Amino acid sequence: MSHHSIEVDGLCYRYPDGRVALENVSLHVAPDEKVALVGPNGAGKSTLLLHLNGVLRPAAGSIRVAGLPLEDRHLGQIRAAVGLVFQNPDDQLFSTRVYDDVAFGPLHLGLDEAEVRARVATALDAVGMSAYADRSSYHLSMGEKKRIAIATVLSMSPQILVLDEPTAGLDPRARRQLIGLLRGLEQQTMLISTHDMRLVSELCSRTIVLDGGHIIADGPTQVILSDDALLERHGLERP
Amino acid sequence: MFLPPVIALHIPDGFLSVPVAAFGWLLLVAALAAALRQTRAQLGERQVPMMGVIAAFVFAAQMINFPVAGGTSGHLVGGALVAILLGPWAAVLVMTSVIAVQALLFQDGGLLALGFNAVNMGVLSALVGYTVFRQLSRLAGEDRGYLLRAGIAAWVSVEVAAAATALQLAVSGTSPLTLALPAMLGIHAAIGLGEALITAGALAFIRQTRPDLLQSHTAAARGSGWVAAGLVIALAVALVSPLASSDPDGLERVAIDQGFEELAQEPGYELLPDYTIPFVEHEALTTILAGVLGVLAVAAVTYGLARFVRRGQSV
Amino acid sequence: MNPVFRERYQQGTTALHRLDARVKLVMALLLALGVSLTPEGVWPVYALQWCLIAAVGAAGGLSAWRLGRAAAVALPFTLAAAALVFTTPGEPVARAGGLVITGAGLARFLSIVLKSWLAVQAALLLAMTTPFDDILAAARSLKVPDTLVAIVGFMYRYLYVLVDEAQSLLRARAARSAALPGKPSGGSLRWRARVAGGMVGSLFLRSFERSERVYAAMLSRGYDGRLRGFAPPPLDWRSAGWAALPVLLMAVTVVLAFVFRSSA
Repeated sequence: MSHHSIEVDGLCYRYPDGRVALENVSLHVAPDEKVALVGPNGAGKSTLLLHLNGVLRPAAGSIRVAGLPLEDRHLGQIRAAVGLVFQNPDDQLFSTRVYDDVAFGPLHLGLDEAEVRARVATALDAVGMSAYADRSSYHLSMGEKKRIAIATVLSMSPQILVLDEPTAGLDPRARRQLIGLLRGLEQQTMLISTHDMRLVSELCSRTIVLDGGHIIADGPTQVILSDDALLERHGLERP
Repeated sequence: MFLPPVIALHIPDGFLSVPVAAFGWLLLVAALAAALRQTRAQLGERQVPMMGVIAAFVFAAQMINFPVAGGTSGHLVGGALVAILLGPWAAVLVMTSVIAVQALLFQDGGLLALGFNAVNMGVLSALVGYTVFRQLSRLAGEDRGYLLRAGIAAWVSVEVAAAATALQLAVSGTSPLTLALPAMLGIHAAIGLGEALITAGALAFIRQTRPDLLQSHTAAARGSGWVAAGLVIALAVALVSPLASSDPDGLERVAIDQGFEELAQEPGYELLPDYTIPFVEHEALTTILAGVLGVLAVAAVTYGLARFVRRGQSV
Repeated sequence: MNPVFRERYQQGTTALHRLDARVKLVMALLLALGVSLTPEGVWPVYALQWCLIAAVGAAGGLSAWRLGRAAAVALPFTLAAAALVFTTPGEPVARAGGLVITGAGLARFLSIVLKSWLAVQAALLLAMTTPFDDILAAARSLKVPDTLVAIVGFMYRYLYVLVDEAQSLLRARAARSAALPGKPSGGSLRWRARVAGGMVGSLFLRSFERSERVYAAMLSRGYDGRLRGFAPPPLDWRSAGWAALPVLLMAVTVVLAFVFRSSA
């Protein structure tokens, strides 16, 4: 496998205080697949996602992203290939202007100015936020912030999108708009960590259940979501 | 008395003479050059977002007040707290950013006065607060009286900033030292108490919740003690000399008597206004102050240059 | 926008709004410098300088009244100079209590107040017509170290986020602060300080942890310790020339002030 793929084998990670966060986690995501990652709070979902572009480094196990092993010399390429969208857009949108936030990734890829500006325009257009370029993110609604957070990684033309709770904190209309937006992004492999089981059933063909740092189940979404006992055991519910 | 607490320490433009303001900028530039160099070496790439968010924290934390007594309320300036938490040089950058934003965004403190405002509340309060805290730790032992040490450091940092402000106003001829100094120190003795209590309270909370954040910053503090000591000695010399050279008894009476006995001798505009205090030998005082300022200026420039040269070599 | 802190910036498309922020920053500094260099007691010159600043303000759609009122923020500090009224040697003009007010002292005090008020207006010419981002970009291209500009940028981004958090802490405290009739409320000083300190401490931890998440978000978008930005656009020298006019006029008023003084 090469581009657009995620291969995690035997991943272990401990928090700085020694607690086990992830234990022997293995998962493979094929190019263009849309996969949901579900599980209760504290299951290790966010910790797993932070490994996928090398913000966290595994204590044991191997990670290959977009065909490249997660090593220092590939870090730049891996970060360009994986667009990681954080749960709280106020963490992701750290610039004073929307435009500068969307430009941050391409600028740090070392692209020239004309290319950066073209990518910012395309990314803002893709999330329907072109009119907001000169606004400051503090004044935006949660839904607007979430869309711009997605634009900040789309501008890097990632092969893989990794989203942490994309619909958390959204009102129903903003949530519908966001799901519509994600559905339109067909070229990217997607791994979505979420508690929103309706999003899972609408967007993802495959679902992985993570609890206590272990992968509990991994299979087609219809199968997982119809296993009431499994859902009950891991604090989940049917859509 | 003459200075209600609302004034705090943000000097607007017009209160410092131009040479004094320029000197403040000179000191600030030297201090920032040192601080940037030190933090770059110690904190690496992580520093920038962290210091920015913590600067926003200081701004927000200054809103949190509590009633002390008699209608006054305690609140935070923050220099000592940030210095204890992040190390003195990072605190210099954080506090300077806070003062700069207050001046640029809310006109809280002037543009020309920004140099000394940042030196007083940023550089001095952080470096002095940290140095006092470290020295007390050395005397009392690391484990004993942590919160008390932090509180004392916070109180001293506010008093030093207040004394420095009074001195700058006096040298600028805006406020006589014998009035400004006791007034500033008196008011800030109370303000400093609020600072001390909140600093200690905040550290108590952090020590309970995230004790890992309270390691000492000996590596990140390099040189800060010397710079703090130098600044404070210069301040002390400047403050003590005129008072020591005149009869402290009846000082105010002399002031008032002379206030109308001496005829107006309008001084023309001069670089260091010769007017400082009408009732002590002005010439001696001005000479001493000018001397101290001169020494400080030379020291600051030399230090900045030395840093600059060393950076050139190490790259 | 948070109601507690009102930024001065007023949206607009006037000539002053469109003026390059770099030029405007230098202009505001030089105007404030001119006011500060002006000696004391030259009342007609202060009036001229006020007209000059008001004229520049008018080019930015700011009325003299609004500018003057906004500049009143610095007035409380003038009390720091109030003692001059008594301590400056000169002819006594009035007595207040046991103290004697001298004419020279009064003149000196009023000069400081006026100069301060004018200098704040000069600073407001920049602040009221320039978005803070543009001021930051200007500072960067005027050679303020990148690291410092970046710190201030992050600070500005999270300023209101954290002010909101501080306010919700204050509201939570107020909601739980009750007083029963006839009983003292609020506990001991030590207890009150501990509560306020706890609020500051928890705000610090939240801020610190937020900065770690921000750092992770930066890393994941390719940050390697070096912040990159767009190159500043070339300076429009025509507009810089336009801004030189008020600065030159200010210089003329300062010279006038010295002439006026030596002839008086």
